[in-house]
Amino acid sequence: MAVRKPPITTREYWAPGHAACAGCGCATALKLATKAFSEAMEEKFGDPNAFAVAQATGCMEVVSAVFPYTAWKAPWVHVAFENAAAAASGVEAAWKKLGRKGKILAIGGDGGTADIGLQALSGMLERWHNVVYLMYDNEAYMNTGIQRSSSTPYGAWTTTSPPGKYSIGEDKPKKWVALIAAAHQIPYVATASIGNPFDFIRKMKKAAKVDGPAFVQVQCTCPTGWKSPLEKGVEIARLAIETGVWPLFEIENGDIWNIKIQAPGGGAKVKREGGRVVAIEFKKPIEEYLKLQGRFKHLFKQPEAIDVMREQIKAMWKVLGVDVILPKPEE
Amino acid sequence: MPIRKVMKANEAAAWAAKLAKPKVIAAFPITPSTLVPEKISEFVADGELDAEFIKVESEHSAISACVGASAAGVRTFTATASQGLALMHEILFIAAGMRLPIVIAVGNRALSAPINIWNDWQDTISERDTGWLQFYAENNQEALDLILIAFKVAEDERVLLPAMVGFDAFILTHTVEPVEIPDQELVDEFLGEYVPKHAYLDPAKPITQGALGFPAHYMEARYGVWEANEAAKKVIDEAFAEFEKKFGRKYQKIEEYRTEDADIIFVTMGSLAGTLKEYVDHLREKGLKVGAAKITVYRPFPVEEVRELAKKAKVLALLEKNVTFSVGGALFQDFSRALVNVEDKPKIVDFILGLGGRDVTFKDLDEALEISKKALAGEEFEEVNWIGLRKEIL
Ligand SMILES: Cc1ncc(C[n+]2csc(CCOP(=O)(O)OP(=O)(O)O)c2C)c(N)n1
Ligand code: SF4
Repeated sequence: MAVRKPPITTREYWAPGHAACAGCGCATALKLATKAFSEAMEEKFGDPNAFAVAQATGCMEVVSAVFPYTAWKAPWVHVAFENAAAAASGVEAAWKKLGRKGKILAIGGDGGTADIGLQALSGMLERWHNVVYLMYDNEAYMNTGIQRSSSTPYGAWTTTSPPGKYSIGEDKPKKWVALIAAAHQIPYVATASIGNPFDFIRKMKKAAKVDGPAFVQVQCTCPTGWKSPLEKGVEIARLAIETGVWPLFEIENGDIWNIKIQAPGGGAKVKREGGRVVAIEFKKPIEEYLKLQGRFKHLFKQPEAIDVMREQIKAMWKVLGVDVILPKPEE
Repeated sequence: MPIRKVMKANEAAAWAAKLAKPKVIAAFPITPSTLVPEKISEFVADGELDAEFIKVESEHSAISACVGASAAGVRTFTATASQGLALMHEILFIAAGMRLPIVIAVGNRALSAPINIWNDWQDTISERDTGWLQFYAENNQEALDLILIAFKVAEDERVLLPAMVGFDAFILTHTVEPVEIPDQELVDEFLGEYVPKHAYLDPAKPITQGALGFPAHYMEARYGVWEANEAAKKVIDEAFAEFEKKFGRKYQKIEEYRTEDADIIFVTMGSLAGTLKEYVDHLREKGLKVGAAKITVYRPFPVEEVRELAKKAKVLALLEKNVTFSVGGALFQDFSRALVNVEDKPKIVDFILGLGGRDVTFKDLDEALEISKKALAGEEFEEVNWIGLRKEIL
């Protein structure tokens, strides 16, 4: 009987035995990312192990490297919270000098990337280090107990954006670091989601294979911080794509005017002009995404806040060059 | 044959880096050290130094990149001063804790506020608890030599700690002096190639570096840094001896000058030692029994050598370009630790002077001498004295 090739390598780099919460979407993201990286290294250099990881402080670091244990089967270094990109720069420079073939994977959370680490990220991208920076975006500082970051979406509850009499929760729209990265005109920028793992794998492989810097921002669910059911991570992430909350796109060769928007699925109607997505009519209301998460629960008592969110999402898509229609739920 | 060139301490530091052949250098400009990365870029541009020079966007990233490179297993160098070193602070602990033998050249400069680009030692002194080894140069030759020695000691398997070499802003960084540039071959022999057994990022032998240490392990890691500092004392002596044999220049953790039969010994660091030796000559001519001592190695602190020194004097007068609030200067604290349980110890008087680049003149030293004489005579004296304050603007 023929044996089907598994869709991705069975090699593990982020091994079982880490201490992430049950249902952690970010752990899934790292597992897939390193597998994809390995495949890319195998295809590019003939050596599946030809990479090293430099990681920022955050959930994925503290759960994977608790002395004297490690979940890492790849060479791995953690330095601090804000400097994964700078540390990766150093590793890459050293490898160049050592004549070691391969690529460096830098990993940071949204806090370590969008906030405190943004400068180091910019420096690393601008200096054109041969590094893939993976921002795993769980939309808050989870490691320190769910504080807001600049990547926390509007309306979300966090411990530093609590809803109250004078507060709707987080009151600023999300910062889109992928677009900031793209402004560096680097070879490859993409957003991805654990709700579409095959697309994520494809993008990680692509990022790993380019020569020069690449940036991938992957939305990954955090049942602890999002107050969502453990088993629904992938479903929630998929709903983020299908309701328009999480756009999937790629920007290649530094051409920020040529953003490749991907069709979202979920019954959305996509209008193209010259092969380019110019409008999307989403069929699923964002409420379907919001209602599975405790962090947005308070918004349902103030539906006008959800309308504000819809306007912000439209504005974000406008920046991407796409007109969107976001339906309201049927009464 | 070694060649002699007239150069600034900054250039001497860049030459030291060139001779040490680091594979990765990451640096960011700051007065008074800017010339160090500039000169290194020239070496790299001309193919005289085969290294990756990462032009980082900040000192925080400079030291972070050094940690990354050193963790990947290569010799690594950077240069900075003052605010730049302060910006590195967080990562300095990490470099020491991860036992990465990075070397930093520091043009010792005051810290803001008020913003001030001139010399004192507050920048490196403030990093004394990071675990880094600290050397202080009296002149440009020492800046070059001590950087080579710093690499040697830092990379020794009994030590494996990062090291910083301080040389005074402008007084040395921007002042030209003849400097002997040692033979590359001899330096290669002295340093050897850096081949780490503990820090590397090799896919064939994957290891995890920079892990989380629970209470069950953290203290032991810090103790490891303590132990390595202690071990460095012997390694430094060996390195000094080998350096003297190879290059003919003698170094000691504490260098003494005319301390025989001295009643008062002034102690200082860095370029002030040059001024002090002249001052001692001047006092000796007048028949005063005064000597000088220079601290070349500040971390590990040479406790034993301080005890030996203390046997020779009735008063130790410390001249310090730094402040530790409520205490005086950091040296005062260090000397107190070294001597607290010693019987028949000399009196210790502390002098804070020359902050932010204020000149230290013989007149200032006279002021310190008068107070030290009081201590010698058994009269009451102030333990901590700010010398050269402009009382009219206080
Ligand atoms: C300089 C510094 N400031 C603050 C912290 C505390 N800290 C550690 S991880 C973290 C948040 C991490 O958030 P993120 O990058 O989003 O990753 P996550 O924990 O969500 O995986 C914070 C605030 C730190 N380690 N260093
Ligand atoms: S808090 Fe969230 S991101 Fe962190 S390990 Fe748990 S589920 Fe994962």
